[in-house]
Amino acid sequence: MDKIRFATVWLAGCSGCHMSFLDLDEWLIELAQQVDVVFSPVGSDIKVYPEHVDVCLVEGGVANQDNLELLLQVRRQTKLLISFGDCAVTANVPAMRNMLDGAEAVLKRTYLELADYTPQLPHEPGIVPELLDQVVPVHQVVPVDIYMPGCPPPADRIRATLEPLLRGEMPVMEGRDMIKFG
Amino acid sequence: MSVKTLKIDGKDIAIESGTTVLQAAKENGVAIPTLCHLDGVSDVGACRLCLVEVAGSNKLLPACVTEVAEGMDIQTNTPKLQQYRKMTVELLFAEGNHVCAVCVANGNCELQDMAVLVGMDHSRFPYQFPDRPVDVSHEQFGIDHNRCILCTRCVRVCDEIEGAHVWDVAQRGENCFIVSGLNQPWGEVDACTSCGKCVDACPTGAIFRKGSTTGEKERDRAKLEFLVTAREQHQWTR
Amino acid sequence: MDDLANLIDVAKTERSRQKRLRVHCCTSTGCRAASSEAVLTSLQDTIKTEGLEDEVEAIGVGCMGFCGRGPLVEIEPSAWLDPAFQGDKPLENEQLYEEVKPEQAASIITALKGGTATAVKGNPQHPFFARQMKIVREFSGRIDPERIEEYIAVGGYRSLYKAVYEMTPAEVVDEITRSGLRGRGGGGYPTGLKWATVAKMTGDQKYVICNGDEGDPGAFMDRSVLESDPHLVLEGMAIAGYAVGANHGFIYVRAEYPLAIQRLQKAIQQAKKYGLLGSQIFDSMFDFKVDIRIGAGAFVCGEETALIQSIEGGRGNPQPRPPYPAQSGLWDCPTLINNVETFGNIAPIIHRGGDWYAGIGTEKSKGTKIFALTGKIRNNGLIEVPMGITLRDIVEDMGGGVPEGDIKAVQTGGPSGGCIPVSLLDTPVDYDSLVAIGSMMGSGGMVVMDDTTNMVEVAKFYMEFCKEESCGKCIPCRAGTVQLYDMLTHLLSQQATEDDLIKLEELCRMVKETSLCGLGMSAPNPVLSTLRYFHDEYEALLKTPAFSSS
Repeated sequence: MDKIRFATVWLAGCSGCHMSFLDLDEWLIELAQQVDVVFSPVGSDIKVYPEHVDVCLVEGGVANQDNLELLLQVRRQTKLLISFGDCAVTANVPAMRNMLDGAEAVLKRTYLELADYTPQLPHEPGIVPELLDQVVPVHQVVPVDIYMPGCPPPADRIRATLEPLLRGEMPVMEGRDMIKFG
Repeated sequence: MSVKTLKIDGKDIAIESGTTVLQAAKENGVAIPTLCHLDGVSDVGACRLCLVEVAGSNKLLPACVTEVAEGMDIQTNTPKLQQYRKMTVELLFAEGNHVCAVCVANGNCELQDMAVLVGMDHSRFPYQFPDRPVDVSHEQFGIDHNRCILCTRCVRVCDEIEGAHVWDVAQRGENCFIVSGLNQPWGEVDACTSCGKCVDACPTGAIFRKGSTTGEKERDRAKLEFLVTAREQHQWTR
Repeated sequence: MDDLANLIDVAKTERSRQKRLRVHCCTSTGCRAASSEAVLTSLQDTIKTEGLEDEVEAIGVGCMGFCGRGPLVEIEPSAWLDPAFQGDKPLENEQLYEEVKPEQAASIITALKGGTATAVKGNPQHPFFARQMKIVREFSGRIDPERIEEYIAVGGYRSLYKAVYEMTPAEVVDEITRSGLRGRGGGGYPTGLKWATVAKMTGDQKYVICNGDEGDPGAFMDRSVLESDPHLVLEGMAIAGYAVGANHGFIYVRAEYPLAIQRLQKAIQQAKKYGLLGSQIFDSMFDFKVDIRIGAGAFVCGEETALIQSIEGGRGNPQPRPPYPAQSGLWDCPTLINNVETFGNIAPIIHRGGDWYAGIGTEKSKGTKIFALTGKIRNNGLIEVPMGITLRDIVEDMGGGVPEGDIKAVQTGGPSGGCIPVSLLDTPVDYDSLVAIGSMMGSGGMVVMDDTTNMVEVAKFYMEFCKEESCGKCIPCRAGTVQLYDMLTHLLSQQATEDDLIKLEELCRMVKETSLCGLGMSAPNPVLSTLRYFHDEYEALLKTPAFSSS
């Protein structure tokens, strides 16, 4: 049987979920034996999200054009998408800018009003991705198969979610150990 | 003392008349979820989490304000109730700005616990991201309206136990907020005795002690119960 | 006023004062806005200049009902108003003028001497009038609401006298029970049962409340009753007070009804002067005073427990029931709370008997109901019809149908009701039939929609209303209506999928079943009824999802 093609992506989040993933420690070795890591900011050097991915952990909310495009690509090319951590599930801290009225207001607040010196708006089309007006959770953009809240989700929760999948079963996302926010 | 006999989740129960369904369930080991209920203050039936099904009634009844009656046959956890409770919690998360990760009550929050209890792993309803203020004008305490679920426990505890009535509800519908004094900054409300009962009563991190950071909020619920027992039964022990 | 003879004296004196012909000019809110006061002044001036003062009198009256064609002027022989009048009412003696402009008013008077008036003549035999059956509105638009003598002259306060002197409180309650009257505020709770409950409660202090917080969009039945015949409501309240053992009543009227408030104030003063309200009514041991409380315009204060909070001076938040107001209401005392129109039915029932009333209408819905017929309809205004008449008779025959195109739906019950499709227009108008087809009687708003109406837009309109009027106390109503409104907006922007439609319906059911008060419980009704009858309109707005969930 072919190995499970496994990926992780990092959208608008602090990468804490990925750090927690690395906290899986020696179980990572076990995981590596059972899956092919085909795309991951912490486990692969591949720059383009590949076709035919079996499982993908998506960290972060959808905050800019790059996030949006990558997420759409991930959904098209992935069988099972896991919303990974509070930013993916609720938009969390990145969404705390949503109370300001849109992308322009956020940029003005950040780069002009709060600037200590040389206030200027960043504008490099093609290099710096354009902000979306609102940061939204992953499931508001594409269908999600499994939700794994947590800020970050503890390593045990990540393992308890992935282990059944490796056996071809769906994990049961219930109880404090599995779905507590924060 | 007259006694009523009834069934809760199939279990036969005999209890003093005048007791609420919520109390009767609790005394018999059946936990009904609540958010606006607080032991020692009046009930308002606002959060709708304690709704139960009673055989013969086509309405769902709030356990906190429904008195036991002879022969009642109550179900507290049917699939329908589970579904509605989950939706209620989703609605609560979606209407405010509940960012557990940076909240003083993280790990010690009744809303967070409720999400776990009802099995809410995400909100199907889009977040509203309302623009709500934080008032830290009080010397010792602060109120962050982003985290408020409008359970009005603070209103009742301040009015009924402390007797100061610093808090009330202003505006209506989605614009409701807990108002201090005559819509003054909390720190300027003379009626406030700085007793801190509202901090203890608040189920989330909306009302907090200044200086506590993420996950550091502690509550002394026993203090509220002590005061109520002292007042009602003249027993001064805790 | 110490006895019946006195009351009859006042009535006699008033009738002998009245001139042979009465020229009625509507001075209610709607016609006022169309300068009816100037019309009245001109009518009165012309009577003088034409030297007709001994024969003719122009009187400012309340609402005649055909509001879409106001200002209305009607000429009627005063003899017809005498309760003892029997005999024919020849058509030529009754003249109706519509959309009367101030400059046309004089011609109406001069035409009495011969010639024709320049004002547009209406047809009093039009089905809009002819098919009505007026019990509550019998004297609306026929008497001066600001003069108690006119009310007494048509038999007013005779029912109160009859109740106090010829009946025991229990007999009054029985009479109401026998009439089969049900609450006209919308829910249709049996009025007699409610009265009996309050009457049976022990306690020194009880209250009677009249709910005049009419707030449904498009509804103005209660305003019209209060503006046109305030004494009818006061008399009904006093009879209720006698029946249930209350000595104090409150009328709760919204601040948006200044004319109703003004006329009520005047009416209460006049009734007190005649000893018909206050201490020892008709020299009996029965005391009953009435106070007005003005609402600040919150729709939710029409909900009885919220209304009581508001009268007490608190925030108008609904309270869980039980306890019902009948057990523990205003200041925790047993309280009878009925709507304006319900109280309007009381004096006629006491006067003519419960059996007479029970002979009108259907098996389970007795008497008449007032509707505000509005929307896309030729003849709009207020009608009072017997229960059991079909929607088709109301909309097509009386209302004259839609001005252009075809009828698509009729909305009844306001934001709590539903949209009834044209295919169900033969449904009889009664409490149970309307509930069976997913709507409700409500307080009497009836909005007609033509085939250009987008039903999803209609649902969104009502949801926006509910979202803004939610008090915010319970979560399903406070947050649920906001989400429902957003979902409908999303649908209308053609961005929603099949899954969203399912979610919409799920949330509707949740809000309906879990909300604390009637506002939340019924807020999803306009969505549910349009989903039921106009599902294709929702489906047409759906898009196929970009990804199918695995």
